[in-house]
Amino acid sequence: MLRKISSSSYLVWSLLFIIIPIVMVGFLSFTPVEGSGHTGFSLENYKRFMEPIYLKVLLRSVEIAFKATFICFLVGYPMAMILAKMDNRIRNLAVMLFVVPMWMNFLLRTYAWMTILGKNGILNKFLSLFHVEPLTFLYSEGAVLLGMVYNFLPFMVLPIYTVLTKMDNNLIEAAEDLGGNKITVFRKIIFPLSLPGVVSGFSMVFMPAVSTFVITNLLSGGQYMLIGNLIEQQFLVVNDWHFGSAISMFLMVLILLTMSVMNRLGAGIGEEGSAGIW
Amino acid sequence: MVSKWAKRFYTILIFAFLYAPIVVLMVFSFNDSKNTAKWEGFTFRWYQTLSENSLIMKALYYTVLVAVVSALIAVVMGTLAAFGIHYMKTWRQKVVLNINSIPILNPDIVTGISLMTLFVAFKMELGLVTMILAHVTFNVPFVVLSVLPKLKQMSGDTLEAAMDLGATPWYAFRKVILPEIKPGIITGGLIAFTLSIDDFVISYFTTGNGVTNLSIAIYSMAKRGIKPEINALATLMFVFVLVMLILINKRTKIEEI
Repeated sequence: MLRKISSSSYLVWSLLFIIIPIVMVGFLSFTPVEGSGHTGFSLENYKRFMEPIYLKVLLRSVEIAFKATFICFLVGYPMAMILAKMDNRIRNLAVMLFVVPMWMNFLLRTYAWMTILGKNGILNKFLSLFHVEPLTFLYSEGAVLLGMVYNFLPFMVLPIYTVLTKMDNNLIEAAEDLGGNKITVFRKIIFPLSLPGVVSGFSMVFMPAVSTFVITNLLSGGQYMLIGNLIEQQFLVVNDWHFGSAISMFLMVLILLTMSVMNRLGAGIGEEGSAGIW
Repeated sequence: MVSKWAKRFYTILIFAFLYAPIVVLMVFSFNDSKNTAKWEGFTFRWYQTLSENSLIMKALYYTVLVAVVSALIAVVMGTLAAFGIHYMKTWRQKVVLNINSIPILNPDIVTGISLMTLFVAFKMELGLVTMILAHVTFNVPFVVLSVLPKLKQMSGDTLEAAMDLGATPWYAFRKVILPEIKPGIITGGLIAFTLSIDDFVISYFTTGNGVTNLSIAIYSMAKRGIKPEINALATLMFVFVLVMLILINKRTKIEEI
């Protein structure tokens, strides 16, 4: 009895606040805008999303999110290795220090880059010491990319770090005993065994990067449109909730598909990629 | 030897990258100039204007209020839910856990706009109540996920034994199960609290009527340009986060023992 009652409140809650809202967004996405002359079921909103302007936004979002993910991987993997090989005593401290910036408000971290990259920002002041004319760093694709890498780098490093610390050292020693040099050991043993961490790192960076609208709004001054900005605009500025819903549904399916592919990949490699944020 | 120095250099470089923006904000929060890039003397002025800024003070109040209320509700509901889920049949458990993971996996913006759609459709006025409802919704899954493993670690017979010895179900839950899963509940509550404090996207879509949290206040200030008060706020928040983290770290160390 108690067992049934205890979970029922949450079951009702998740029906009300998780399932029904998504069903409503799905419903909106398949119905045309009021006053457009059509009623009933329609694919109009999805068709509209397939127009070149919007497709371009989608491609740009995927592209920049992928770039950010890849840079995070290139920068993060060596960092994860260094952290994993540290002495036990300093390792915990180092990992904690690594995580601290992530705990600071996300908007403050992004805002900080505005003060550095701005026209009268620190970076330009620094460059003027070398008689370099003020450059525009802010309000560019590069600034957005930097903001993404800065905010999401820990999401790449932590899962890889976790996998590396759990790795069986005997395997590495065996490979070395059998004559493998450092590069071979890394290529044949360490890297393949760390793949589950890499996979979960990829999805944990890609997901927030592809759907962000905050980083783009602040660091590109609203000039640079990603899929998140498009959704925000449809809901809060243009007030076309039907079209906004269609884009949201598309984004949701894209993310859930990516996640399940990544999960399958992670599982196929062997150990599940269970390294979470925490 | 070269590789050792290369490693050190790389570590320092990455940490500099991570901390540079925060240090910049902190240093310039004491700068006696509206212009961020130029140092014109030491001042506490921005901390004073910050404390006089009613928008930020109100936002701070709402942030804490929403975080405390939503974390408390999430802890109670999530713990009870985890308890129920633990004893479910496998396939039902799978379905419920999949639903539970939707708010975690879904992009924040989708969760935000879908909750907004719900509230608007039911003619609820967007404001404090809708924001708390939204925060509870994304908090509960984390409580469930941190309590569930503790229940799994527990021996399955203890509850039965307590009931056989005459305990009522509620008494058994309080005296036998609760002490066992307490660390999971506290972890879940802390996660819920920090997620709520840090949230921007979902709050942004589910609030209205002049109710803003700190994230929203920072966002609207930052959009209008660089404001030295934000630097002061950032410094205070960073110190707060650092203290919280040290406290939590101490806690987990005690747990490990």
